[in-house]
Amino acid sequence: MSAAATTVARVRKTPLFRIPDVRVRSAWRLWQRNAAIYRKTYKINILPNFFEPFFYLLAMGFGLGAYLSRLEGFDYIDYIAPGLAATAAMYGTSFEVTFNCFVKMQFGKVYDAAMATPLTIEDVGLGELLWGTTRALIYGQVFVLIAAGFGVVHTPLVIFTPVAIAMIGLMFSVIGLTFTAIIPLIDYFTYYWTLFITPMFLFSGIFFPVSGLPGWAQVMAWFMPLHQAVNLMRALTLTGDVRAAVLAAAWIAALTALLFVLPLNLLHRRLVK
Amino acid sequence: MSVVVARDLTKRFGEFEAVRGVDFDVRERECFGFLGPNGAGKTTTMRMISCTSPPTSGELSVLSLPSNRGRDIRRRMGVVPQENNLDEEVTVVENLLIYARYFDIPRREARSAAEELLHFVALQDKRDWRIDRLSGGMKRRLLIARALVNEPDLLILDEPTTGLDPQARHLVWEKLRSLKRQGVTLVLTTHYMDEAAQLCDRLVIMHEGRILVEGSPRELVARETSPQVIEVFEPDEGAAQGLRDLAELAERVERLADRWLFYTAEGDALLAKVRGVVPDPGAVWLRGATLEDVFLQLTGRGLLE
Repeated sequence: MSAAATTVARVRKTPLFRIPDVRVRSAWRLWQRNAAIYRKTYKINILPNFFEPFFYLLAMGFGLGAYLSRLEGFDYIDYIAPGLAATAAMYGTSFEVTFNCFVKMQFGKVYDAAMATPLTIEDVGLGELLWGTTRALIYGQVFVLIAAGFGVVHTPLVIFTPVAIAMIGLMFSVIGLTFTAIIPLIDYFTYYWTLFITPMFLFSGIFFPVSGLPGWAQVMAWFMPLHQAVNLMRALTLTGDVRAAVLAAAWIAALTALLFVLPLNLLHRRLVK
Repeated sequence: MSVVVARDLTKRFGEFEAVRGVDFDVRERECFGFLGPNGAGKTTTMRMISCTSPPTSGELSVLSLPSNRGRDIRRRMGVVPQENNLDEEVTVVENLLIYARYFDIPRREARSAAEELLHFVALQDKRDWRIDRLSGGMKRRLLIARALVNEPDLLILDEPTTGLDPQARHLVWEKLRSLKRQGVTLVLTTHYMDEAAQLCDRLVIMHEGRILVEGSPRELVARETSPQVIEVFEPDEGAAQGLRDLAELAERVERLADRWLFYTAEGDALLAKVRGVVPDPGAVWLRGATLEDVFLQLTGRGLLE
């Protein structure tokens, strides 16, 4: 008896790339919860997220743009608007799937409450991904609509922007939630923002073409998710370059597909013990 | 008919064995309690029953389903957690409606169930309050209401009255008894002996991951300890000498920092003798044994953490 009691059991960790136990309807229930709460609080939440890309558009586009002639044949404000739309989508989900999800998981015990119902933690994770995507769609698309009022849209391909923004949103939701599922303390988000989000914002070809950078930096830029998002949005709103759009969309779809189950399995590993 | 059946149920976290091969049966329509000091394995056992923590080994079936059918089991189960996990941003009634969605309950049904449940837990006047305005007792009642939104056959409660004032505790007990009358099976953990004695038809006392004893509160008191206890408060040196001579007349004597306890079946006879050696009549009294005596006898009096 005591021999059996002292046997060390190897705790089997959830495999990272297994097929998660998800049901879309259950994930949708969590989406509905988030939407219900968002409806209550959006008046306070929406402003900071929303205005930041606009400040950049106005300051850089009109302020800096006044000193520049043309960039790759475009007015400066037209050049930077698509990248700022991609950024608005990225921010729209990133705050949600990092800080908000961590607080819900760790302090509010919202996931524990949901896991006492027919929902699994994987349903919860999928619900968060869908909700993050929804927020990206709201912030990114509204940015596109308002920016269009400034005359920055120059191609009919703009009708595909909702699909593109949703893809961008899902990609950043997957990346952000993966990080959230791993970190032990909320303070670690500093790394995510200062070492991932901010450098991407600066070097993804939003404000200047990456073709002007040294070769190694161009290679690094190609691997940045935001760079591909910028390429996609620029093709769909400014250049009308179908080939560039398809390439960027394929890159985004491939990365999203590769990582998709990771946050769900990591959440399972963290919360089902 | 058993609602929960556990055989040799074990849970390990790395090298730590939280639950060490326990067996128990929870019968339909009863209130079953898990008692034990902190770290005894109660909460881990409850988490396995509510299918949020897979057993390491052993057998566990809940509502006639194996415990790996978590979704189907939880659909018919309600869980009242130890920690408040209500949605703070929305109102009382919205908390119930959001939770009802998790069970795929149609909107209209959820609305009428929510109003009914708010009446049941006496929160109908607070239906549009935000959660941060509620007292601890109100939050607990709302958690109970939320756990009932799917009309569960089995209700799991982890320390349902910890941190509540006496009025709030009695209100919660009354609600739980009324649920039992309606046919809901209750499983709860507590470390309040009076709570267990008030509510539980049967209970187990757990200690260090094992079940020590099982039975009704009355059975346990009758079986595990003597029926009466004489307490002597802070005897002086002379009285202590006299008490030592009386010790063999008791079934068991326990010496604590501030008092002596004599466990006996013949309280009146021994009381007279004790009074003979202790001059202060206010320092000696006779009482019936309680579940608390059984609990402390089995799990020890030292601080366990």
